[in-house]
Amino acid sequence: MKPSLTPRAGTTARRPLLARLLTTDHHHLGIAYLLLALVSVVIGTTLSLHMRIHLTWPQVPLERILPGSYLPIVTIHGTIMLFFVLTTAPQSGFGNLVLPAQLGTRRMALPLINALGFWITALALLVLCASSLTEAGAPLSGWTAYPPLSAVASAGPGQGPGMDLWLLSIALFGIGATLSAINTLVTILRGRCTGMTWDRMPLTVWGWFTAALLSLLAFSVLLAAITLLLCDRHLGTSFFVPTGDLVNGVLHGAGGHGDGSPLLWLHLFWFFGHPEVYIAILPGMGLTSMLLANFARRRVFAYGTMVATTLLIGLLGILVWGHHMFVAGLSPFAISAFSISTVAIAVPASAKVLSWLATVWRSHPRYTTPMLFALGFVSLFITGGLTGPILAQPMLDQYLHNTYFVVAHFHLIMAMAGIFGVFAATYYWFPLITARDGRPGPLLAEKLGRWHFWCTFLGAYATFLPMHLAGLAGQPRHYSQLTGIPNHAGELMARLYPLNSFITHAALFLAASQLLFLANLVRTLRHGAPAADNPWDATTLEWHPDLLPGAPEQEGSAPIAVYRAPCFYLGDEGETFLPQWQSDATDAANQE
Amino acid sequence: MPATITPIDVERDRKRRPDDFDHGGGKRPPVDHDKRTGGGGDGENWGNRPQGSRGPRERLTRYRLFVFFGLAAVLMFFAAIVSAFFVQQSSSHFDAYNRYINEWLPTAIPPIIWLNTAVLLLSSVTIEIARQRMFQEVHALEEWLGLGKPTSERAMPWLAATVVLGLLFLTGQWVAWNQLHVQHVFMSSNPSSHFFFLITGAHAAHLFLGVAGLLAALVSLYAARQLEVRQIMVDCVAWYWHSMGLFWVFLFVLLAFFQ
Repeated sequence: MKPSLTPRAGTTARRPLLARLLTTDHHHLGIAYLLLALVSVVIGTTLSLHMRIHLTWPQVPLERILPGSYLPIVTIHGTIMLFFVLTTAPQSGFGNLVLPAQLGTRRMALPLINALGFWITALALLVLCASSLTEAGAPLSGWTAYPPLSAVASAGPGQGPGMDLWLLSIALFGIGATLSAINTLVTILRGRCTGMTWDRMPLTVWGWFTAALLSLLAFSVLLAAITLLLCDRHLGTSFFVPTGDLVNGVLHGAGGHGDGSPLLWLHLFWFFGHPEVYIAILPGMGLTSMLLANFARRRVFAYGTMVATTLLIGLLGILVWGHHMFVAGLSPFAISAFSISTVAIAVPASAKVLSWLATVWRSHPRYTTPMLFALGFVSLFITGGLTGPILAQPMLDQYLHNTYFVVAHFHLIMAMAGIFGVFAATYYWFPLITARDGRPGPLLAEKLGRWHFWCTFLGAYATFLPMHLAGLAGQPRHYSQLTGIPNHAGELMARLYPLNSFITHAALFLAASQLLFLANLVRTLRHGAPAADNPWDATTLEWHPDLLPGAPEQEGSAPIAVYRAPCFYLGDEGETFLPQWQSDATDAANQE
Repeated sequence: MPATITPIDVERDRKRRPDDFDHGGGKRPPVDHDKRTGGGGDGENWGNRPQGSRGPRERLTRYRLFVFFGLAAVLMFFAAIVSAFFVQQSSSHFDAYNRYINEWLPTAIPPIIWLNTAVLLLSSVTIEIARQRMFQEVHALEEWLGLGKPTSERAMPWLAATVVLGLLFLTGQWVAWNQLHVQHVFMSSNPSSHFFFLITGAHAAHLFLGVAGLLAALVSLYAARQLEVRQIMVDCVAWYWHSMGLFWVFLFVLLAFFQ
């Protein structure tokens, strides 16, 4: 057994620092991804608080925030949160920590590729940070980087080297994500243990599988789009620069003769961009199904349908990109098609909500912290999801596009629901994250966890629900100044000032609540007592004693096998349960 | 005799069996507590074994899957560029005199590209020969018996030939670029030339990666002790190389006949 190619999870033997840094152990890589996401989320949250405070109290001199420096904050906030938090934590972080064990295997199929994916992702984060520190100015085109401005390097301070580094960072991230997606797919295809048939795979695995498929298809299109954009910026082409593109009095795009189309970038970008938001949310959906079932001690309602809806959401997710472009000048026929396919997503999404509700309906669940966060995920998913079909109406979108209504929609359904999924996973799998030498680590403190949940839950709603109202009133996105404006717009903004002030207070409260989580983290890591082998009485394989990180691989012991689908509970309250790995023979012996 | 019949033990104590619940799909799943179908499924029951000992090709199939998924991503990359090609070919504008103007001036393909294409197709043949020579059972068995490295020795010349042909192709593409430059056709000249240089360049970048892979495979023929590792290297590079050849045929047809 060569240790470098076939590492075992969580081995903590003392090795040289370099060897430990260059580990291909998926458990360590998972933790590394989570730490990367934690650093990113701290940066991203700080930036969002900067924005809120500047919008509400522009006189507070945090630093000089001019219109030209407000947009970079928006850009870096969006980029870092979507890519480095909502994509890495659920898909790569927990995927590495839990996926192999849930399949009954001790290692990833392609450990080297997996490690390479992490290091490229880490490099992408560094390049992103560098992009905001260039002397020429941080990128300010938002996470969508629309041309023609982004296609002309000389268009302004934010479109120069900072933009190049930003594009490089996203390209690197795409390569890293593609590599880790391939590893995920091959592990699921080839690494399942005996008896782990497709219909017995936990829904979390289905979530990771679908998200990995989407990553594979979407990120390469983004890479192509970035290649075209970089050619426009530096090689004198005009893929996205229209004819007669006059920027700062200078004609651009092959000497003013281009026939390029900014709309082409929108198509290519959103072909990637829309699947990207599903990559962020699908693992959370799978986890929510499994957690609700486990704590309600029920089977997942309509398991097969849940698998089908996961795949269907993925499929529809790559067919709806045009709904981001309703006001960009699409043909009305294309708009109708995209509107219909977007509304169609409501069908599998509602099926999921129905299954979640039916799973817990009239059960007597144990309201543990992970369960609370899973229920919070359902709540936020419904609230955020209801505004989806509204925005999918081209007529309504004409009015609501680029208002705070959109901000509210995607923050509730993607950012908040996604983060609730991450928190549910963290509280649920914490003993696995901290496991050493085949023994589970401590559980996060329940009491503090519940406080954290309720504060976060209230804070999330208090922050993002009022944004719907602001958006309906016409408050635009991306504006660095909402106070001190003359004329009618100023009157409108003055009327909305109390609302905005409330939102800022709520956002500060929401961010402060996360200190409870950090306190819990530090306290548990210092003083926590090790948890039981299977603390949540779970039925899935990640709690198998032989699959815990660092568990010794005994020669001659029975190979890990799976005997049934997950979520098998007996009795009215599910007192008895059969984990997937327990054979019928041992079951009969237990029941005697 | 009592009128009632006591049911036999099995029925009275009928416990819920593990497979006795349904998924809500309406159909009862089969009772299959010894269902042994792991990740394998090649009909040889390798899946019955624990991971890591599922047959001689377990690692090979994994790395092949890696290459195939990677190629799917590359395919999407080129599909995006090709769709942009058609979009830009049909886009136009009205000028100040209200004239309808389409800037697309078809780029004439330098004839050397025909030759390059032939070279690339030939390289596909040579690498296929190398690949098959890595897997010939007689020689693999000889190696297993400790009689040298006949597979690698027989595959090496063909692999080296592929490297030469690959470099020849890349040089030929560079010559084609220079020929166009001499005719004052540059990347920034017009939409068609944007795409000509972009597509040939992007393909050359991918092929360059393939040459790097070929060189790594050549090194592994000498450096890697396990036959399996050498087989994986050559096999994966070969599939990648074939696909780059196939992609090139499509891209070449696009550039030559769909301008």
